[in-house]
Amino acid sequence: MTEQKEIRNNQLAANNQKIVNDFCITICTVNGSGSATANNVLYRTLFRMGIPVSGKNIFPSNIKGLPTWYVIRASMEGYLGRLEHDDIIIATNKDTFTEDLSYIVPGGVIFYSDHIDLPLDRQDIIAYPMPIKQLLKQADVPRNLRDYMENMLYVGIVGQMLGINFDVVNEVLTSHFKGKPAVAESNMKIVNLGAEWAAENLEKKDHYYVEQMPPISDHILANGNSAGALGALFGGMQFCGWYPITPATSMVEEMMAFAPSLRTDTDSNKKTYAIVQAEDELAAIGMTVGAGWAGLRAMTSTSGPGLSLMTEYVGLAYFTETPVVIWDVQRVGPSTGMPTRTAQGDLAMCYKLGHGDTNYIILIPGSVTECFEFGWKAFDIAEQYQTPVFVLSDLDLGMNQWMTEKFEYPDKEINRGKILWEKDLEKWEGEWGRYLDVDGDGVPYRTVMGNEHPKSAYFTRGTGHDEFGNYSENPITWIKMINRIKKKFVTVREDLPDPTIRTKPNSKIGIIGMGSTDLALIEAQDILSKENIQVDYLRVRALPTNQMVQDFIKNHDRNYVFELNRDGQLCEILNCEVSQYSDKLISVSIVNGLPMTASWIVSQIKNFEEGK
Amino acid sequence: MDTAASIQSNTNEIGLTQTDYRGKPSTLCPGCGHNTVTSQIQAACYELNIMPEKIAKFSGIGCSSKSLNYFLNRSFGFNGLHGRMPSMALGASFADKSIKIIGVSGDGDTASIGFGHFKHLIRRNLPMVYIVENNGVYGLTKGQFSATAEKGLQLKHQGKNLFTPVDICMEALISGATFVARSFSGDAKQLKELIKAALSHQGIAIIDVISPCVTFNNHEDTLHSYVWGRQHESPLHDIAFVPYKANITLDDFDEGTIKEVVLHDGSSIVLKKLEKNYDPTNKWDAIRALEAAETEHQLITGLIYFESDKQTIFDMYNLVDQPLNRLTSEKIRPSSKMLDAINKNMY
Repeated sequence: MTEQKEIRNNQLAANNQKIVNDFCITICTVNGSGSATANNVLYRTLFRMGIPVSGKNIFPSNIKGLPTWYVIRASMEGYLGRLEHDDIIIATNKDTFTEDLSYIVPGGVIFYSDHIDLPLDRQDIIAYPMPIKQLLKQADVPRNLRDYMENMLYVGIVGQMLGINFDVVNEVLTSHFKGKPAVAESNMKIVNLGAEWAAENLEKKDHYYVEQMPPISDHILANGNSAGALGALFGGMQFCGWYPITPATSMVEEMMAFAPSLRTDTDSNKKTYAIVQAEDELAAIGMTVGAGWAGLRAMTSTSGPGLSLMTEYVGLAYFTETPVVIWDVQRVGPSTGMPTRTAQGDLAMCYKLGHGDTNYIILIPGSVTECFEFGWKAFDIAEQYQTPVFVLSDLDLGMNQWMTEKFEYPDKEINRGKILWEKDLEKWEGEWGRYLDVDGDGVPYRTVMGNEHPKSAYFTRGTGHDEFGNYSENPITWIKMINRIKKKFVTVREDLPDPTIRTKPNSKIGIIGMGSTDLALIEAQDILSKENIQVDYLRVRALPTNQMVQDFIKNHDRNYVFELNRDGQLCEILNCEVSQYSDKLISVSIVNGLPMTASWIVSQIKNFEEGK
Repeated sequence: MDTAASIQSNTNEIGLTQTDYRGKPSTLCPGCGHNTVTSQIQAACYELNIMPEKIAKFSGIGCSSKSLNYFLNRSFGFNGLHGRMPSMALGASFADKSIKIIGVSGDGDTASIGFGHFKHLIRRNLPMVYIVENNGVYGLTKGQFSATAEKGLQLKHQGKNLFTPVDICMEALISGATFVARSFSGDAKQLKELIKAALSHQGIAIIDVISPCVTFNNHEDTLHSYVWGRQHESPLHDIAFVPYKANITLDDFDEGTIKEVVLHDGSSIVLKKLEKNYDPTNKWDAIRALEAAETEHQLITGLIYFESDKQTIFDMYNLVDQPLNRLTSEKIRPSSKMLDAINKNMY
């Protein structure tokens, strides 16, 4: 990719041509410096100018003062995965300056704060100094807001040099500071100050330009945690027990922000849900399991370490057949790992979480809009199959801003599964037992607390039990129970979201991925196609897998399984699920804390294919 | 052949018999104090005319937690994880706040693995009766020290206990519990009255029941034995607690007196109730009473502390009146218009 860009930039430079709406800008700063608003304004402006964008925040596990990078990719073709190199850098952090410089492609650009007095020893890039401190002195800004507004200067300077439409910047600022027009206005003043200074003092020498495109009407900008929270609220979430953990915290915080307007009963002005911050993850899941058992749509949101703590309760929910939804917004493990970096390393754990014989349904959203969709769907599946359902997101999907399809209203009615109330029990023929497999699909009928029918109550236990919930250590009873539970996971396969499949003509090679690597895999597929390596791409969206996954693997000579972990966990699971074709599976995995890139995928496939 | 009157006398005000409150036969050791607690829970619910379906019961892991199955067959029950019953009960209680919640735990469950959960449950003031069947020993794993075992206690395989014990009532008090009581499983009558009072309380009600383990911790000189209890129990006072429905009194046990009570195993204990002028609404008096009892090696029993007007967790959550678990789909799924507005905002 770097090579390609180098060639492209050299050719364009030679011909004095423009590079329009296709670049990557990285803002190099320190965290806690208030740059988030400026970055947000910059990338939302590009989006509203009709240019596909993504925004990724590469940040430390720290509150103030450590290096942070915000990466905006604009791509008129809509390729929005991470790139390994930058076209344009906005450098305000002296500590990382030298290293940041090395990431710029030849022909690229650096805008830098002129207080950074380090050598700028690259002749192949264009450099624009920015007198940030000096300009700020001219500005009429209250001292306490200076640090925050400082960042608006680079919005103005960079915007001017790229040709951004400042009317759109103004629009974005107005909607960002909704209800605070004075704040929006003073920010815009700073933007204008930067733009005017650049117009007068900088001569355009680089090739990067922004141009208006047709408006993007079917997409929005959102992150996966907000989307998951909204999905849950539209899915009828009634109870959420949670405990703060990066990068899952913002999901519940977003839920707390949206819930009052979405889920307050209009007749009584009272709430139809409860969100309780627990004392730890042990209690967060305990509350959630209690609520799920009692007939509420219950969920929790956590990340790896939290899930390790929740394990015993999830096993209890599995064995007592209690519906709960558990979001795991993955970060890098093992142990505390890299809390603010992304990975897909919890898949194997979730698949068989806990001691003894267990297995779980896992939904794996690959886009922000799928976070919304699986947010509501997970409750239907959990209640229908009376079992814990995991939704596996990750930091990249959860916390970064994505251009994503608009959220679609649920196309199915809420499904509460096989739940019996008083009138149902009155009509019930024969004896009712909590764990009787009446329909032969492995899913029994359940009653919940509050049911006043004298036969509704049963005793729930994590110990061995018969079909009526009575304690049992009988070998035959145990075998029957544990196998009947397993049967649910056969039934469920064809009910879960199908994989997505993207094909190229005459392809004999498959690539398989999951979750947030989607955009990088799509881009890689297209790059390979241009180089006459045709690959079909399947994205797994749920475990256990269904027939479509099996057929895809079968129908390709070899399948590269790409994922963000060390050991190739998805590949391991596919090896078990589709063991007859395990010789067709090749694991290609990486975990470095960063989102996967198309260039890495392309190079891996080429290496393997050349080795054939 | 029964007359109407005799039928009536065998049922409570809602027409249920004692049998309607029973559970499965107990599999605990004969003579176990926990079985008395079980009977008194049944009796209290019967006498308060609570429909069993309007009660839900929860427990953790251990001998005490097993006893959940031995009462109230017609109530929903969940025997959960070791020490983590409080969170489960809390989550479930949100489904229908008209249901009375009874939790049964042990000293291992509450004072060790679940210590944090116990205290956070109290902080949240969930309306719930939380009974600790406290015997100072791990019974189900055959006789290890629990956190309530007194310092210096000798057990067969464990040797000498090195650490100072946890006082469950003191912990409950300083965590802000709104109802703190202690009883002795041998004092069935007092225990029943305390359970009745607890069931009528609007908030968290903690009852620490000294419940001797007949198998692993019943040395004459140990805190949680019948012999020790017989000699050192120092009950607080007559429980003249007036609940919302019925007047509950201990009719044969006066304040500040010492009384010999015959236990179910034939032995007897000496109980001393708190003085008549003891004020259970004064937290400092309660703390002083517990401290004094500890110094004098006594176990005070009775209602140690009571506070009636503290907000419960439900007061803080402003939930709809209808049970949450009976809300229809229309009540829990927002309209498509609302989603349109969200999509518009995210442009």
